Amino acid sequence: MILKLASSITAQPFLQSLIYGAICSTIILSVCALCVMSLIFLERKVSAWMQSRLGPNRVGPRGLLQMVADGIKLIRKEDIVHDQAMKFLFNLAPCIAVAAPFAAFATIPFSENVQVVDFELGIVYVFALTGFSILGILIAGYASVNRYSLLGALRATAQMISYEIPMIIALLGVLCFTETLSLRETVIYQQTNGWNILYAPISFIIFFIAATAECNRAPFDLVEAESELVAGFHTEYAGIKFAMFFFGEYVAMMLACSITVILFLGGWLAPFGFLPFAVGSILYTVWGLFWFVSKVAFLLFVMMWFRWTFPRLRIDQLMVFCWKVLIPFSMVNLLIMAVLSTFIKG
Amino acid sequence: MNFEEKLAAQLKPEEYLINIGPQHPSTHGVLRLLVTLEGEIINNVEPDIGYLHRCFEKICENRTYPMGIPMTDRMDYLGAMLNNLGYALAAEKLGDIEVPIRSQWIRIIVCELNRIASHLLWLAAFGADTGALTMFMFGLREREMVLDILEQASGSRLTYGYIRIGGVAKDIDKTFIKKTKEFINIFPSKLKDYETLLGGNPIFQRRTQGVGTMNLETALSYGITGPMLRSLGVKKDLRKNCSYLPYDELDFEVAINNHPDCYGRYLVRIKEMGESLKIVEQALEKLQDGEIMPKMKPIFKPKKGEAYIKIEAPRGEFGVFMESDGKNKPYRVKFRAPSFSNLSVINELAKGGLIADLIVILGSIDIVLGDVDR
Repeated sequence: MILKLASSITAQPFLQSLIYGAICSTIILSVCALCVMSLIFLERKVSAWMQSRLGPNRVGPRGLLQMVADGIKLIRKEDIVHDQAMKFLFNLAPCIAVAAPFAAFATIPFSENVQVVDFELGIVYVFALTGFSILGILIAGYASVNRYSLLGALRATAQMISYEIPMIIALLGVLCFTETLSLRETVIYQQTNGWNILYAPISFIIFFIAATAECNRAPFDLVEAESELVAGFHTEYAGIKFAMFFFGEYVAMMLACSITVILFLGGWLAPFGFLPFAVGSILYTVWGLFWFVSKVAFLLFVMMWFRWTFPRLRIDQLMVFCWKVLIPFSMVNLLIMAVLSTFIKG
Repeated sequence: MNFEEKLAAQLKPEEYLINIGPQHPSTHGVLRLLVTLEGEIINNVEPDIGYLHRCFEKICENRTYPMGIPMTDRMDYLGAMLNNLGYALAAEKLGDIEVPIRSQWIRIIVCELNRIASHLLWLAAFGADTGALTMFMFGLREREMVLDILEQASGSRLTYGYIRIGGVAKDIDKTFIKKTKEFINIFPSKLKDYETLLGGNPIFQRRTQGVGTMNLETALSYGITGPMLRSLGVKKDLRKNCSYLPYDELDFEVAINNHPDCYGRYLVRIKEMGESLKIVEQALEKLQDGEIMPKMKPIFKPKKGEAYIKIEAPRGEFGVFMESDGKNKPYRVKFRAPSFSNLSVINELAKGGLIADLIVILGSIDIVLGDVDR
């Protein structure tokens, strides 16, 4: 639809794709911003519910405007860059941390026909960008010239690089069946063959744990372990730059959950193939969107649940868990999946 | 050359110095730790204390005996009742005052409730130290109930000033007893909840087991007391065979176990809360009507002499030395703070561990900086 709009404005293909990109990124940015705001609100409400508190309830009806107030506060705060910091890198880091997960949303199929671009290497692209977001954290820790920040950044690098391995091995198990790297086709495969979680449950568990670790969420939040490292890599950041890191973290969470939903939980497909609307109609698209959002929301809730229940791991235990538990398990799992897929597919 | 520069000058090329506190989320007050790190491994920890030093011993010497009680509240502010008790007992020993029976039982009840409140706050903070933030809220929720009870008796929630020389400030009422009984009914199930949420969690167990191990020799040479010592299997609790309050008439166990690490300290404190609850329950039954204050002269003026009293505070052995020269003010007051000795061992415990361990160890020691610095 947007592509049609773009082609009606100009006939030049380059300009068309430019306009298309601009419109899509604006939509994704604003929708994501709204989602992040509601997500932070939900996080606070969920944590309050688990801890028998009330949570924000003063600003606006039921505290709904609390996030707006917080946002305004963060924007209006003084932007402090301390003397010894490396200014250029210090300013660059939050941009990378936000931009990388945002860019990955370009290939996410939110529903039938709701996708910016569907290209064949979608999965590779998404993982490349999640890998890229480590850079933001590393740069932030390095450029802050603060020992707490540096410790946080080093932890982050070690952790994210390690956890990418079981994540991708778990993914390979699924790829044995789907035989495609396009996210859209992964969902379409599940339409005919049932959700991937049904025959790859271990892959799902490993993938989701590793994804939680990739987002630096508790119990893997050593990067900003507040009781140890004050605030980890963003100790020196204030105001809007801190907000950008915060934002980036939540976008990364949404991304991780979206990918998990697409790979394992059938993306936009309704459970049991329940389909009250004709394929191709607008209602069908909305129906898909509804299921996609609800599945992502559920996984996000599970992530919050983790955070407010578990204590934090120690750095060596974190590494041991990855290298001695997750990776061997995912290897064995991959082998089983490979054998199974040959049998099933003949 | 100041403290920090001195340490910085001794650094080896592969080491660096990191400053934890006095402003840090998990130093439990204004403690400053200068940590020499090699990567994330700790080579040395130097506690720098004194940020909360308020000269309470000297202030007590310039005030009359009853006026010293509010000073003791502000030392170990989480176990204020027990500080009051120590001070009052020392003064009573100097002045040869007999405490009425009813007052003695009231003292036991409020002191044990205060011990529970103190351990609950410790549990909450320990949860937060290991990253379990929900535990923090749960611990504070139950502590709130205890504080309500103590407020009912004394009128304040943190600095009670309730135990006075000779007895207690005022009698407890029906509401107090009702609230306490409610708490006794509720609390055991909450203790089980903590076990499910925190103690039984494998991550928590891995974070605490084998971390900050201490042998008996080190413990004794540093003068470690209280739950830290009991976690080594030493059955030392001043409430057993004690002369200061009628604990002997009650049936309770000394909480000990044989985990010389942070997990053992956790277990000891959890068990101690249960035992304290048992004590409160029994003491409520033994409570009889009667006077709460003996007949005393309006101005308290003990004859010349000195007294030393030691009691079992939530953090260990709390001692009060008091010397009188026959005037209405003490000539010398000295407090032996358990947190001070317990904190001094931190270097031995944390050396060779990781920085995350240091925070857990610090939490397991259960220091109150008001108590350390006085």
